[in-house]
Amino acid sequence: MPAVEASTPTIRKTALNAVHRQMGAKMVEFNGWDMPVEYPSSGGIITEHNAVRTGVGIFDVSHMGDIRLSGPEALAAVQHISMNDAARLAVGQAQYSALLYPEGTFVDDVIVHRLGDDGYLLVINAGTREKDFDWVRDNTRGFKCRAEHLSDDFTQIAIQGPRAVDLLQKLTDANLAAVKFYWITHGTVCGLKNILIARTGYTGEDGFEIYIPSDDGTSVRVWNEILGAGKEFGAVPCGLGARNTLRLEAKLPLYEHEISDTINVWEAGLDRFCKMEKAEFIGKAALQKAKAEGLARTLVGIEMVERGIARDSYRVLDEAGAAIGYVTSGSPAPFLKKNIALAYMPPNFAEVGSTVKVEIRGQGVKAQVVPTPFYKRPKKV
Amino acid sequence: MPYPNDRKYTKEHEWIKVDGSSASVGITDYAQDSLGDIVFVDLPKPGADITAGKAFGTVESVKAVSDLYAPASGTVAEVNGELATAPEKINQEANNTWMIKITLKNPAELSGLLSAADYEKFVSEEGGH
Repeated sequence: MPAVEASTPTIRKTALNAVHRQMGAKMVEFNGWDMPVEYPSSGGIITEHNAVRTGVGIFDVSHMGDIRLSGPEALAAVQHISMNDAARLAVGQAQYSALLYPEGTFVDDVIVHRLGDDGYLLVINAGTREKDFDWVRDNTRGFKCRAEHLSDDFTQIAIQGPRAVDLLQKLTDANLAAVKFYWITHGTVCGLKNILIARTGYTGEDGFEIYIPSDDGTSVRVWNEILGAGKEFGAVPCGLGARNTLRLEAKLPLYEHEISDTINVWEAGLDRFCKMEKAEFIGKAALQKAKAEGLARTLVGIEMVERGIARDSYRVLDEAGAAIGYVTSGSPAPFLKKNIALAYMPPNFAEVGSTVKVEIRGQGVKAQVVPTPFYKRPKKV
Repeated sequence: MPYPNDRKYTKEHEWIKVDGSSASVGITDYAQDSLGDIVFVDLPKPGADITAGKAFGTVESVKAVSDLYAPASGTVAEVNGELATAPEKINQEANNTWMIKITLKNPAELSGLLSAADYEKFVSEEGGH
């Protein structure tokens, strides 16, 4: 293997790329990946979005990356590099967490899965794969544990929505009813043995993410079997467009938008995933200091009151027209049928009910601070 | 027929259909298809002047904001008010959904626009996706 990996300008493709194109998906570049943004055959973003809210949708999320940490000190290593408390994880359990810089800002957000007694899988973002792996490898050298970059080993398919459990149960011998949200299991899926099945997702709905071998033949066969099994539930393939509107309604952060290397944990409002009682982790000291100093800005949800759609990076103004913040993600919300946005603003404007303006093409358009998440899935009865 | 012969087209994917000294303006079927679900249209008010080649409004899909470019110069005579509440009409019937009607300032400008056949050729070359 060469010492330095040559950087390649070539756009990357998942094993399902040809299938997306055959199905007529509109493709876009996302973080260096050629990915489907929507499927006109499904009915487009709004239809895909609502299928996930009311039925089930299928996503190719193979651009996501995976790092495995294993060895006698794997737990200590995970504790050192992540902000949540991995010691609380039982074997088979997962948690939302983040890798932080010493400044208390974000390398990336991750899902940590406890695979076994001494094995953890970190699922990371597409655009930060190499950076994250280098960070994890460099910062776990002092521990008796091995870091492996497995991103290219898996085709990751997300099956999301209230009917996801019914769909996937048709294709696996694993008892999915016994797998709680943010837990994992292993089972035979589409005839493939020992497949990792996680009850996780990025849509605000119930759902599963499965990790299958990344060779084209297996990937295409499983994708098609899932779509086939989903017919009776009205399953549709979904692209990154719906993935974004779904995660925005549920206020799930997106790297380089709500979180980044210049935004800290408190500003992002991710306090409940950051366990300051842990003995030590990278970023802890800076976060202690930041907490004592207080917040200069905080992430809030806003809803447009007047006609207009807030978009990423638009400025937020006070009622007199002075700039007070900016939009991190803004879009029409297809299920809520409102125009919503997340924005960084000073805390004194963050109270629910406060009126602000969003600058849209030079005009201040009225908006209101609303509670978040914008959408919360109904509790099961 | 995706691109009727009764009108002219721009390379920015608007159409303009002349009726005497007035003309109606909309976007093409190719444009609506590229945008996806249209959720918002921002148009000038009656009486506003628009200039050939300059932006006169915007159209937004779930994902994207696109400027609308004036195919010809003129004064806005009428705005399609239906689009404020039903912008999806553009997805359903791009050819039959006008956005604004203008009084033409210089009808000769239209000779510089594309015919239906030229526009179809143009998008088939552009649409490598």
